[in-house]
Amino acid sequence: MALKEDLSNTIQSLSPIEREIIPFLNLKTAGDIARQGKFDPTKVKRALEFLSNKNILTIKLIPQKTVVFGSNGFNYKKNGLPERKLLDIISKHKKISLENAKGLAGLNDQEFSISLGILKRRLMIDLEKDIIILKANENDISKRFMEEDFLNFIPLDFSKLTPEQKFALDRLIRRKDIVKVEDFNEFSFELTDLGNTLMKNQDKVRKASDMVEALTPEILQSGKWKGKQFRKYDLQTNVPKIHGGRKHFVNQSIEYAKKIWTDLGFKEMGGPMADSSFWIFDALFTPQDHPARDMQDTFFIKDTSMDLPDKKIVSRVKEAHEKGIAGSRGWNYSWTEKEAEKAVLRTHTTGLSVRTLATLKEKDIPAKYFAMGKVFRNETVDWSHAFEFYQTEGIVVDPNANLRNLLGYLKEFYKKMGIDKIRFRPSYFPYTEPSVEVEVFHPEKKIWVELGGAGIFRPEITAPLLGKPIPVLAWGQGFDRIIMDFYKIKDLRDMYANDLKDLRTKRFWIK
Amino acid sequence: MAKIRFSKKEFEKYHKIDSKLLERISMFGTPVDEFEDELEIEIFPNRPDLISLNGFMRGFNAFLEKEKGMRKYKLNSPEKNFKVQIDKSVEKVRPFTACAIVKGLKFDDSKIKELMDLQEKLHVTLGRNRKKVAIGVYPLEKMALPIKYEARSPDKIRFVPLESETEMDGMQIIQQHPKGKEYAHLLKGKSVFPIFVDGNKKILSMPPIINSNETGKVDEKTKEVFVECSGNDFETLKKALNIVVTTLSDLGGKIFQMELDYSGKEEITPNFEPEKIKISLENVNKLLGLELKEKDLEKLLPKMGYDYAKGIVSIPPWRTDILHEVDITEDIAIAYGYDDLIPEIPSVSTIGEESKESVVKSKISEILSGLGLIEISSLHLIKHEELRNMKQKESEAVQLMDSKTDYKVLRNSLMIPALRTLFENKNNEYPQKIFEIGNIFVPGRSIMEESRLLIACIPSNFTELKQMLDYLMKMLDIEYEIKDSPVISMIDGRTAQVIVNKKEIGFIGEVNPEILDNWNLKQPLAVIEISLDEIFEKFK
Repeated sequence: MALKEDLSNTIQSLSPIEREIIPFLNLKTAGDIARQGKFDPTKVKRALEFLSNKNILTIKLIPQKTVVFGSNGFNYKKNGLPERKLLDIISKHKKISLENAKGLAGLNDQEFSISLGILKRRLMIDLEKDIIILKANENDISKRFMEEDFLNFIPLDFSKLTPEQKFALDRLIRRKDIVKVEDFNEFSFELTDLGNTLMKNQDKVRKASDMVEALTPEILQSGKWKGKQFRKYDLQTNVPKIHGGRKHFVNQSIEYAKKIWTDLGFKEMGGPMADSSFWIFDALFTPQDHPARDMQDTFFIKDTSMDLPDKKIVSRVKEAHEKGIAGSRGWNYSWTEKEAEKAVLRTHTTGLSVRTLATLKEKDIPAKYFAMGKVFRNETVDWSHAFEFYQTEGIVVDPNANLRNLLGYLKEFYKKMGIDKIRFRPSYFPYTEPSVEVEVFHPEKKIWVELGGAGIFRPEITAPLLGKPIPVLAWGQGFDRIIMDFYKIKDLRDMYANDLKDLRTKRFWIK
Repeated sequence: MAKIRFSKKEFEKYHKIDSKLLERISMFGTPVDEFEDELEIEIFPNRPDLISLNGFMRGFNAFLEKEKGMRKYKLNSPEKNFKVQIDKSVEKVRPFTACAIVKGLKFDDSKIKELMDLQEKLHVTLGRNRKKVAIGVYPLEKMALPIKYEARSPDKIRFVPLESETEMDGMQIIQQHPKGKEYAHLLKGKSVFPIFVDGNKKILSMPPIINSNETGKVDEKTKEVFVECSGNDFETLKKALNIVVTTLSDLGGKIFQMELDYSGKEEITPNFEPEKIKISLENVNKLLGLELKEKDLEKLLPKMGYDYAKGIVSIPPWRTDILHEVDITEDIAIAYGYDDLIPEIPSVSTIGEESKESVVKSKISEILSGLGLIEISSLHLIKHEELRNMKQKESEAVQLMDSKTDYKVLRNSLMIPALRTLFENKNNEYPQKIFEIGNIFVPGRSIMEESRLLIACIPSNFTELKQMLDYLMKMLDIEYEIKDSPVISMIDGRTAQVIVNKKEIGFIGEVNPEILDNWNLKQPLAVIEISLDEIFEKFK
């Protein structure tokens, strides 16, 4: 490595403060530089850190103890210790009452009693009743106290105290807030080879001082930059963090899924989250005594009953349940409107699919629809359970649709979601036949994990809504697990926690 | 849905458990989890016939082609006094029963357990917690034939129920006995309760609640049993009975029919005459996307336990789920193997399209992101105390009947989740500028659902929010006005209604410190909450 090349690069990257302290680098510590160069100590430290980044020196933090002023100490240094103030007054009056002495010296009770004690112990005064009598001679009075000398040298390195200073410290530290011993890290440093070379080339540093610092409009307008060099920045240095506005990560992933469906030729369908049992259960051929319609699993809404759709649809759904329709035997029980009017939070987005079927005309077929929406289950909440989550719903209405097509659409969707290893296994839903469960292989746990249900709507569903049984491929797949995998979220509760720190720093959804 | 645990030791009397077999079990339509000593198999509600180990093996062996088609059971005609007289009095309370007798049994611990597990799981699934079907099994040795099924007023019913030492009357049983309390709702409001009485006028049981202690318990000494299923739907009862007695037969018993006398109208149960259903090869191929031949149906249908000949499928008498040809079509697909179906996207041309609402919502969040706002996504459910924090009454929001968490109300504004979010982010960096687009719910005779936009900035003020609203509306090319107007929870004179097309769509302003206090927020907060319906209109 050419040291010379390093040197010139380094010189060109020096900021003004770095250049200023370079002549002082023969010293050993930041404190020394600040004192000798009369710099602000924080600034010196920062400059040393920059120089260390540039490999000019290495910083060593050495734990140290220093004697520093307490809150009263600095004041006493400037205006004199209380015992000095008292002695001055006494020496002026020779004899003086306690009260007068205290007043004239301007001391508070505590300062006064301590000072009195000190002067008495040093045999400089005597007390007769309430009168203070001076005992010390001129010579004693003019001699500086040991403590006064000590205060003058603060701050002091604890490890370098003389026996006399130790004695003075011992006396002062017992008094209120005059001095204290502080731990701190001595900011010392050693020059590297590059640093030593730099020190030998200080003339070059001086010559380079005429570089362009921050570009300003003024410099640009005046053209002062011409013929000068630009100081090189330390490009590795850490910069303060910023963050931008953004869509919620769940919504980013949902937009991506929507795009997959529209690319595959699906139209978006919408509809209410609070719906009648009719659309959530009855139109889906779920018998009225089915356990899914139990309060255990489903959120029912208080004091509300929902309107049913037009009579024709209702009576055909009733017929499908009671006696069967389109060649079916039905569930063979007595179906009631009252049960169908109960308001629920949708337990699946499949209610949207049947609502859509009910609007389709002959000419609209073949038709493909999708939805992305929240669904609700009456669950307790923990890391793997939530009472709301997203589903991706889809239907394909086509007289020629078949089971292999259903698997085809689902496989394609998951492929675009980045999930290649899926399998289809038989399953059961009251509204589809055949029914399919999509499962993904969990590479760590080595098991198949359920993604969601799918199937072909039973004729008992399509006949009442479409007027005749037409195959309708249908699926409602949980979506949160895919988002969790992408963002490596382990706890479902983190999905909608809205921790702004997390939202500000979370990566974008890109697939 | 029932999860059934089979001990591996018992299971391995039939099949060696390895990964290939576990896969076969899943592909039979019964997902499986492996534990140390047990397999946990999920039986879907359409197949209660698979609940017992014997029942499961009957289906699974056929699937693996270890057994061909429908298993046949010998059914013996009723012997003398194998009769049940059904009194008219049961019509109003629990009108039907289907009964049988099984002899030649040799019970041991594991067989008793299998029978009890089956009974319990059938109660939960097919029986809808005993409402639809309740099953009783009684040691025949301890009772006398014939049997009578009748209903009496509760005070005229007295016997010692199972798990009790004292005689109780009907009312005491449903009020004091643990099982009675659990199922009391099934007899609620009935003036008479149903009972089975034996030839010596001894009460055998009070369905669907409990059996008598004397005659209601099968043990290792039991060789012969009387089985009854009671409920409201005779067809389902017959199926339930078939499931129980065929399992008892698989455990070594001989099945005998009984004569049921429904006030002169006679029925004989059990009856194993299979129902027949026509199936069209063309329909099957069309629905599955396959090109199966007649020959294939002859091979595939027996794999699912059916008998098949010339377009006619015979349905095993224990199958409860065959309502339509499609149910058999699915079984053909399972027999064919879901893993052998080749996925294929057909070439049908349709135009894909996002809804206008989605497009507008997405654009709004793009515009607001550009202003440096962060989108939040919060739950639709809120807590009661959060309504109180906003000085709102419970009647102002839609209430859920039952919730397993503290979240029991549907949000009626986006401000509540936003304030919660700001409260929960008190230790994060300020300023915090957030927005949310989502649905809210307004109570009424029916429920009104509305898409809304909320913007909340803290610390902030009216001016900053008005700048945002101006920018947003300009980008959407929507003209709006604002009109001074007090809004509850906001500061008067610093809050205004937002008006589009002469309709009030929401408000903008500074939040009242009293509300901030309720949410423990110590910085000035300004918000906008507007309905998006008018805005959607513009783009339609």
